[in-house]
Amino acid sequence: MNEALLRSLTPSVLGILVRRGADFAAAEDAVQDALVEAVRVWPADPPRDPKGWLVTVAWRRFLDATRADTARRRREDLVDDEPAPGPAPTVDDTLQLYFLCAHPSLTPSSAVALTLRAVGGLTTRQIAQAYLVPEATMGQRISRAKRTVSGVRFDQPGDVATVLRVLYLVFNEGYSGDVDLAAEAIRLTRQLTAAIDHPEVAGLLALMLLHHARRAARTKPDGSLVPLAEQNRSRWDTQLIAEGVEIVQAALARDRLGEFQAQAAIAALHTDAPTAEETDWVQIVEWYDELARLTDSPVVRLNRAVAVGEADGPRAGLAALAALDDSLPRHAAVAAYLHERDGDLATAARLYAEAAQKAPNLAERDHLTRQAARLNARGCR
Amino acid sequence: MAKYLLLKHYRGAPAAVNDVPMDQWTPEEISAHIQYMNDFAARLEGTGEFVDGQALAPEGTFVRYDGEGRPPVTDGPFAETKDLIAGWMVIDVDSYERAVELAGELSAAPGAGGKPIHEWLELRPFLAAPPTITE
Repeated sequence: MNEALLRSLTPSVLGILVRRGADFAAAEDAVQDALVEAVRVWPADPPRDPKGWLVTVAWRRFLDATRADTARRRREDLVDDEPAPGPAPTVDDTLQLYFLCAHPSLTPSSAVALTLRAVGGLTTRQIAQAYLVPEATMGQRISRAKRTVSGVRFDQPGDVATVLRVLYLVFNEGYSGDVDLAAEAIRLTRQLTAAIDHPEVAGLLALMLLHHARRAARTKPDGSLVPLAEQNRSRWDTQLIAEGVEIVQAALARDRLGEFQAQAAIAALHTDAPTAEETDWVQIVEWYDELARLTDSPVVRLNRAVAVGEADGPRAGLAALAALDDSLPRHAAVAAYLHERDGDLATAARLYAEAAQKAPNLAERDHLTRQAARLNARGCR
Repeated sequence: MAKYLLLKHYRGAPAAVNDVPMDQWTPEEISAHIQYMNDFAARLEGTGEFVDGQALAPEGTFVRYDGEGRPPVTDGPFAETKDLIAGWMVIDVDSYERAVELAGELSAAPGAGGKPIHEWLELRPFLAAPPTITE
């Protein structure tokens, strides 16, 4: 049973049903039914044309489900008129699905859930597991999302930036349960790059690949964090890095810079350095300047302060930090790091402890607590 | 998308505005209160924001390891001064603002005289799994 094949066929099958006139929500249900049926039947009786098989079964399910409607007659006539399912152009339909699933009328969590289900072909149970919520909750989230977009016309181009934001949200969720959301986000973004020619789509794909390439080195077996400078670079995935660098370079050459390309450029500079000491921090600061210009995000300026601290020394980093609001997430952690590099270990220890209290996740809290403990232990000796 | 714990306290939180003990409400007021809580939970299930919720008994026990080969020590029921959790609900919402909004709604559950209790609820974010990007 090839689950990857099933998932990759999902958006085009769904697109065909919608194009034939099925309501999005009903079509989506029918496609899910067909996928379940495929899992049951295919191992013993694999179809010659998997997509054609799915379209046929899904369309029948859709008709069954709507048979009681007043539109029954019309829909049955429609299926008689329909040519036998076969290869169909898929690219446009799939692209429209991306836009629909990331429609601005949806909340971020609904958009993410709908994208994973309709474009990604995941089951509600898999999505619920990945987000650690009950299956019933995720089911409701998906059906509400479907209702929200069911009146939206399917033929309008949407906002690429919204789609990219949704995909990046999926990527950043990491992984839990039996679905690796980072890998799923990369798969969907790859699919999107095949459907749409846009340098920011390429920028996001490159960014994901470059981050993903370092995943194995980022944590110890016990789950604790390994900072970038201490990572074992031989554990980075050089193939993914090479691919990511190539994609971001090609995107940058088109001279339509966006925030994902700029972030990918920074990630590429990190992965390019054979050792942490050889990192080109001066160029990284320049990219952060570009990013700040593009996004005006305080988080970017916080990251920039770290880069300035590496390029021009901790005092310069602290000066850049002084211009920022100290209530920013991770502000204390950055301040602690810069003070430590500046030799003020007592202040650094105090700030690490403060940062640990504000940490948004367990691994980060434990890491920062260890940093504070390390400096405090040194002070006692 | 972040999970929050809504904590309802028996004791330990600041006093509610409409602070009449439940055993002094009329049965109808109690029914209205319970109905409000159930409706609230049902509505969050409908919006896909409900994760879990339970009520807790007031009786609880502190337990401590007491050394190799010895049974754990218990200190009996909570002492009078301790904070006491009456129940909890876990929600999964898009923003902190939404979490505050929902906590505010839950705090408006009707009490004595059919008026909102205005009780203080504690709102605590869960520490999440680390995101993919950590540097």
